[in-house]
Amino acid sequence: MKFKVNNEEVFASTGGRPFDKNKPLIIFIHGSGLTHMCWVLQTRYFAFHGYSVLALDLPGHGLSEGKSLTSIEDMADWINDVIDAVGFHQASLVGHSQGCLVAVECASRYPNKIKTLSLMGGAGAIPMNPELLALAENSDPKAVDLMMDFAHGPSGHFGGHPVPGLYHLNTGSMLVQSKEIKDTLGVDFRACQNYTNGFEAAKKLDLPTLSILADKDRMCRLKDGKKLADHINGSEVHVIKNCGHMMLLEEADQTLAILKKFILEKYPII
Amino acid sequence: MDPKTYKFDTLSLHAGYQPDKNAGSRQVPIYQTTSYLFDDVDHAAALFNLERGGHIYSRISNPTVGVLEERVAALEGGTAAIATSSGMAAIFLAIMTLCESGDHIVASSQVYGGTANLLRLTLPKFGINTTFVKPRDTQGFQKAIQKNTKCIFGELLGNPGNELMNMPEVADIAHNAGIPLMIDSTYQTPYLCKPFDFGADIVVHSLTKWMAGHGSSMAGIIVEGGKFNWMQNDKFPSLTKEYEGYHGLSFAEEFGPVAFTMKARAEGMRDFGPCLSPQNAWNVMQGIETLSVRMEKHCANAEKMVEYLLAHESVAWVSHPSAPDHPDYELAKKILPKGKGSMIAFGIKGGKEAGTAFINNVKLASHLANVGDTRTLVIHPASATHSQMDEATLKFAGLSQDMIRLSVGIEDIEDIKNDFEDGFRAAKKPKLVANK
Ligand SMILES: Cc1ncc(COP(=O)(O)O)c(C=O)c1O
Repeated sequence: MKFKVNNEEVFASTGGRPFDKNKPLIIFIHGSGLTHMCWVLQTRYFAFHGYSVLALDLPGHGLSEGKSLTSIEDMADWINDVIDAVGFHQASLVGHSQGCLVAVECASRYPNKIKTLSLMGGAGAIPMNPELLALAENSDPKAVDLMMDFAHGPSGHFGGHPVPGLYHLNTGSMLVQSKEIKDTLGVDFRACQNYTNGFEAAKKLDLPTLSILADKDRMCRLKDGKKLADHINGSEVHVIKNCGHMMLLEEADQTLAILKKFILEKYPII
Repeated sequence: MDPKTYKFDTLSLHAGYQPDKNAGSRQVPIYQTTSYLFDDVDHAAALFNLERGGHIYSRISNPTVGVLEERVAALEGGTAAIATSSGMAAIFLAIMTLCESGDHIVASSQVYGGTANLLRLTLPKFGINTTFVKPRDTQGFQKAIQKNTKCIFGELLGNPGNELMNMPEVADIAHNAGIPLMIDSTYQTPYLCKPFDFGADIVVHSLTKWMAGHGSSMAGIIVEGGKFNWMQNDKFPSLTKEYEGYHGLSFAEEFGPVAFTMKARAEGMRDFGPCLSPQNAWNVMQGIETLSVRMEKHCANAEKMVEYLLAHESVAWVSHPSAPDHPDYELAKKILPKGKGSMIAFGIKGGKEAGTAFINNVKLASHLANVGDTRTLVIHPASATHSQMDEATLKFAGLSQDMIRLSVGIEDIEDIKNDFEDGFRAAKKPKLVANK
């Protein structure tokens, strides 16, 4: 679905069902350099089971117009604008990686709007390796190769995609390279590097929160994900075994099962 | 800092497979089953709606076949792949996923005989027509493009004349016209060339040949590069617009870099059903495990055979891109740095009669209609693979009456040469020996 936010066209996948203003809204926020497509094995389920789904392409990413936003704070405000633009007063947020920083910041800024928070492969801060940051800011494709290496667990490196015939590393790599690397990945990595408010924002939260973490995550390590969860009052934590940072694809079924249980319980369809 | 992702030889043994999810079985298990249990009604619906990944029915997908698909995608540098019952099935499925009735294809004139017949005679029955262009006529591809053209199709090294298509330039022509380049890379395998690195968007293979390698099993595959933007124009409505068969799904919007494969499976496998058997998928994977070592030996033997044939008094001409006098020698060095493949075409002095005598008198080299076996194979195309063609079409396809097509195997090179000596000796006096 395409719609305008701050006069710029935004694309969001609605999970294969028409967008319906009478169903509770779940917003999915992708990680650095990625697009709505990384969520396909979660979004379609909720869309077919009574929810309105928006898997966004952040500005300048995927099929959305405009320039990439340069700070996590701006992205958090933009999510709020998205909720207004589609005519809703509240939403649940699901974030992955950088999307977790955005979701936490957004929930702390707009406590009345955000009803639940689901964080996958998150952390309170995502400081970047300086070499990787420089490569991404120079549009060097090696940045993407390194990212794919770090983002997948030992099993994911071999393959075993839940959708028959798809190969993790190359699919991820093409997603990131659908736009100029420096304009998406480069800007996003810099935004992550600059963001320091994660733990402060987390401490303010008072809403049902779920963290899905993976024991072989090399982008946001398990201990960093747990540290963020420790700063959030009453956060539920699930750890997926033998899985890397891309749990939403590497272990899509497990991720969906955990998310499903949490959302159906804490954000039920009335 | 360098990425520690697995490299080619490792991927050919391991890609696509996780032993820990298969009872620890080190070899890929053969899932000899038609169908798969659903956990409950919700799970069944989720699989049919593409909400979750998984298997429903082996016409659509199968876990053993799935490992092969991921493995070839990994080796080609593609995002996804879909395996088929044969190479022809892959070509047909790829074209039917791309084209509607009323569409047009621009194709290289030097393609496998079966492909040529599909494009020339069979697809017009479905309203899909093809203009053929000689592989070296790069500008010809440009000129042949029409408003309704939906892809450029070619084999990198034309079969069987060994003329090289300028893939990077033809890719630019296709992309400027907003259409994908589809390459049949059967003769190269990803070991010799990865067409995606040179601008191709879709790669098809007859896995029956060098990939499986042992002449035991039929199989084909389509691999998707993932770079082509289907939404850049309105030429591909069945990929970009709402698809009735899946609740108004837009494949390009929902699946981006794997849209083509998702559509080929969801529509083509469902409706045409050219699925690969798990046993054959397994056989092909056995071959792929040794792809690098075999291709190295195939190419080394081929180069020795080229030298031998070039020096032979009974040989009129030799065509192989490793020969310095081959018109595409320089381009081949760039596109095929690791080897130029093991297909050689040569002309035998004495024309058709001598050719027949040669073929009838070699004993080690097998006379049959295949290529890319571990064993050395020979055939006389004008009387076999391309026999349905008249004289003019034959010429346009780069063939002549004296041509012998040789697929060099990995036997001891001296044994192959000795065998050829017997053939050449007989060819000198064809009247005496032709009907042995
Ligand atoms: C280049 C090429 N493409 C496609 C095919 C067709 O493949 P299959 O025989 O597996 O259907 C062949 C078979 O000879 C071939 O040589």
